[in-house]
Amino acid sequence: MKFKPVYFFLAPALTAIFVFFFIPVISAFIISFTDFDIYAIGDYSKFRFTGLDNYYKLFDNQLFWKALTNTFYFVIISGPISIAVSLGAAMILNSKLVKFKGIFRLVYFMPVVTTLVAVSIVWRFIYHPEFGLLNYGLSFVGIEKIDWLGDPFWSMPSIIILSIWKNFGYNMIIFIAGLQNIPEELYEAAQIEGANGWQRFTKITLPMLAPTTVFITIITMIGYFQLFAEPYIMTQGGPLDSTLSIVLYMYQEGFRWWNMGYSSAIAFVLFVIILAGTLIQMWVQKRREA
Amino acid sequence: MSSYGKQGGLINRLVLTGGLVLLPLILLLVGCSKQESSVKEISFWGMGSEGEKIKILIPEFEKQNPGIKVKVQMIPWTAAQEKLISSFAADNMPDLCQLGNTWVPQFVMLDALEPLDDFISKSSKIKAENYFTGIWQTNEVTGKIYGIPWYIDTRLIYYRKDIFKKVGYDEPPKNWEELLDLSRKIVKYQNDPNKYAIYLPTNEWAPFVIFGLQNGSDILRDNWTYGNFSAPEFVEAFKYLIQFHKERLTPMGVSQVTNVYQAFEQEFFAMYISGPWNIPEFKKWMKDSTGEKWGTMPIPGKHSSPGVSLAGGSSLVMFKSSKSKPEVWKFIEFLSTKKTQLEFYKVTNNLPALRSAWDEPIFRDDPFIKSFYEQFQYVMPTPKIAEWEQIVFSKLQQYAEYAARGTMTAEEAMKEMDKGVDIILEKRRWMISRY
Amino acid sequence: MRKYLLYAFLIITGFLTLAPFIWMLSASFMFDGHASVFPPRFFPDEFTFIQYETLFSRLDVSRNLINSVLISTMVTVVSLVFNSMAGFAFAKYRFRGKDTIFKMLLSSMVIPSQVTMLPLFLMLKEFGFLNTYMAILVPGLANVFGIFLIRQYVMAIPDSLIESARIDGATDFQIYYKIIVPLAMPVMVTLAIFTFMGTWNDFLWPLIVFNDSSMYTLPVALANLMGEHTKDPELMMAGSVITILPVMLLFLVLQKYYIKGIMMGSVKE
Repeated sequence: MKFKPVYFFLAPALTAIFVFFFIPVISAFIISFTDFDIYAIGDYSKFRFTGLDNYYKLFDNQLFWKALTNTFYFVIISGPISIAVSLGAAMILNSKLVKFKGIFRLVYFMPVVTTLVAVSIVWRFIYHPEFGLLNYGLSFVGIEKIDWLGDPFWSMPSIIILSIWKNFGYNMIIFIAGLQNIPEELYEAAQIEGANGWQRFTKITLPMLAPTTVFITIITMIGYFQLFAEPYIMTQGGPLDSTLSIVLYMYQEGFRWWNMGYSSAIAFVLFVIILAGTLIQMWVQKRREA
Repeated sequence: MSSYGKQGGLINRLVLTGGLVLLPLILLLVGCSKQESSVKEISFWGMGSEGEKIKILIPEFEKQNPGIKVKVQMIPWTAAQEKLISSFAADNMPDLCQLGNTWVPQFVMLDALEPLDDFISKSSKIKAENYFTGIWQTNEVTGKIYGIPWYIDTRLIYYRKDIFKKVGYDEPPKNWEELLDLSRKIVKYQNDPNKYAIYLPTNEWAPFVIFGLQNGSDILRDNWTYGNFSAPEFVEAFKYLIQFHKERLTPMGVSQVTNVYQAFEQEFFAMYISGPWNIPEFKKWMKDSTGEKWGTMPIPGKHSSPGVSLAGGSSLVMFKSSKSKPEVWKFIEFLSTKKTQLEFYKVTNNLPALRSAWDEPIFRDDPFIKSFYEQFQYVMPTPKIAEWEQIVFSKLQQYAEYAARGTMTAEEAMKEMDKGVDIILEKRRWMISRY
Repeated sequence: MRKYLLYAFLIITGFLTLAPFIWMLSASFMFDGHASVFPPRFFPDEFTFIQYETLFSRLDVSRNLINSVLISTMVTVVSLVFNSMAGFAFAKYRFRGKDTIFKMLLSSMVIPSQVTMLPLFLMLKEFGFLNTYMAILVPGLANVFGIFLIRQYVMAIPDSLIESARIDGATDFQIYYKIIVPLAMPVMVTLAIFTFMGTWNDFLWPLIVFNDSSMYTLPVALANLMGEHTKDPELMMAGSVITILPVMLLFLVLQKYYIKGIMMGSVKE
């Protein structure tokens, strides 16, 4: 048999992905049925197969449900708002009235490229109840001091505001591309028929952007379900576990307390949720097309 | 060929130079080259300010032992335990380190520590009888000694003398009832929604355990294999502390106090349960080093003072993975002489573990340290199990916050607490049944 | 009229977007305690480099900076080679199971990386890679997104170019190296920025595999510093500036490629 050059090109990447991605995924699945922990790290004989125990424990644990609820709260509020903000920004920047588009686009995009850890630290101080920028700004519109990160009611909204600020620029760029693909004639025709701005938006812009929106929704959702650095830096999951996210919980169980079996089970629940979310989005899209 | 030849040439050169630069670099960084030399280097991890200040003592040791070099790494207290465990998981342990004595059992259980009995029996410098018995025993796990006490501490109450006097307490409170009464009076006297009597943050577990121990709780039952937090002894003590939150005698959130010393100085609260490491800071912030305005007092027990507090402090431990055990032992011996211990006290304010050091006037005459000496007569260790940190950090603090904020009643919180603790201890039960 | 409203709106929101950066920059040039004042200052009252001096002299962030630069560069270079070769193969070759493998790769993108972290940690421990640069390099050797991006681009390169090179006697590797790579340079640059920034900004994985502080990347070092210096906004802001600045500059220089990459990534199959 002759050596085929294609394998030379494929081998490095596929081997790497197989060894360092697929094998770990399968191992994680197996580990999630064991009580692998710090004892087992010291001595591989000290673990047991425990069947579905980790999953039972998980679903019986209030903290897990709290983390799940928090994460959904974050995704469901933060996702749509940030997509709406992105779309709004994209439409304004796509407007023919505006010049210097490049500069504004750059400004809005700035937070995207920055390091999440660094901006989380910056925002932690911005949220300071006494000296923070935010409360100072709000004092001009007559809003009383809010203990953003210390109050269990406001802690999650604080993280949501940060993440919208950090991320809207990314989707904005994709929306701008989508908007530029909409043929100008469609709007002209609508104008002739006497459609107002809102009608043009709902009847032309939104339907034409549907594929883009589905794509954006999927990537935004996948990203948001993995919320970690913001609560890790700003609140450590508190107060009252109000900002404990699934990934933060997984990290704490796995790499703080070294309950690796249990932690793997959490990771798989996260996987199932993301998978389900993606499938639903794709199904919605298919139905629209049909 | 010619159409792409030129560009290809450029890329060619780029890749070649890039490769030539990067490859040795990668090799250099990946294969950590081990240097062999006559001087042995031992690595020491110290926590917080100890890790920083111990450097002052090193030159003397290196002068006495020219063949040994000590490399110190400082680890922040806040992440110390986490960091040690993850280093163990990553096979990245130092030769020796300082270990909070509640952590010793955990590392014994992981088989990470070297038993020191052989070294001790041959040593002329380190003997059990030189130490406080209660403290020495915290280092004994399953009949073997794994750590040498380095410094000792315990928790007691820092308080504002001036405020106490203003509400009619010339003498510190003597029991739980007086402590609560005093706190109510302080809040009433201050008459300011931003001023409290005592600072009992729910993210500090120690007071909850201390008051539980005072009330006769054994914390964990059946050879430390099940939680016993929902038993009446602990619940009663827990409720007593939660009372302070309910009556707003203590600030609710943790975020309100960023600087405890400043808050203490500004009368944000008048009492704070903490250890000896805070004495210098309080002296500095209160601008009072003689004890006019503030002082330290043993924690009042349920019926009489002093009540029980925790047997704390740090021990010096040697890791099994160390390749320079005799050198490490020499360093431990050096740190355990009276001279070094006193010097160490001067730079860090950590109280010496060596009993003979306590005869020095600096301890006998210091008004703040006297109360610590008193408190040391009434100290108890926490359960010697590996899961202890997880229990108090991930569970006790969590449920204390729930109860303090009224999301759960004290009874409910402790029931949930036991449930969580029993799950954590499941592995321990299995290990005990197996080995 | 509408036009001016629009501009006013854009300028205000633009300012709000940048406000955190302005405050960060200003606080980083202040003395201790000068940023904890009411009202917040957008300019330092007294200008100083003391925070930066502390960072570089006492806290040794230069070490972390070097780690970040080296790690990000290594991952970028190596993964670029791996991804471009595989992307080329998927775009221009026919082989058995091609569609199946490619679909499998694409659908694996839905698996969050957190799933792999625990076993990967144990694996790297066995190899002795923890606390070395290999710990970051190894999982970043190749990635599906990169392969996909390259494949999309290379598919658009006409087959005739490859055919004529083959007639000229070029080997497969020469074709990759002398035709595909130069022609795909724009997408390679795009992918390089993505990888570099992704690696630079990554936090969770380096947090897990490095516990030796001399190995920390900037974000991990910064988070670690935060634990001890909660009370020092000025110092933390200086640290944030150092962490953010390099990637921001990189972006400003190569923004054309970066933005193009986002749009390409969003192109539907």
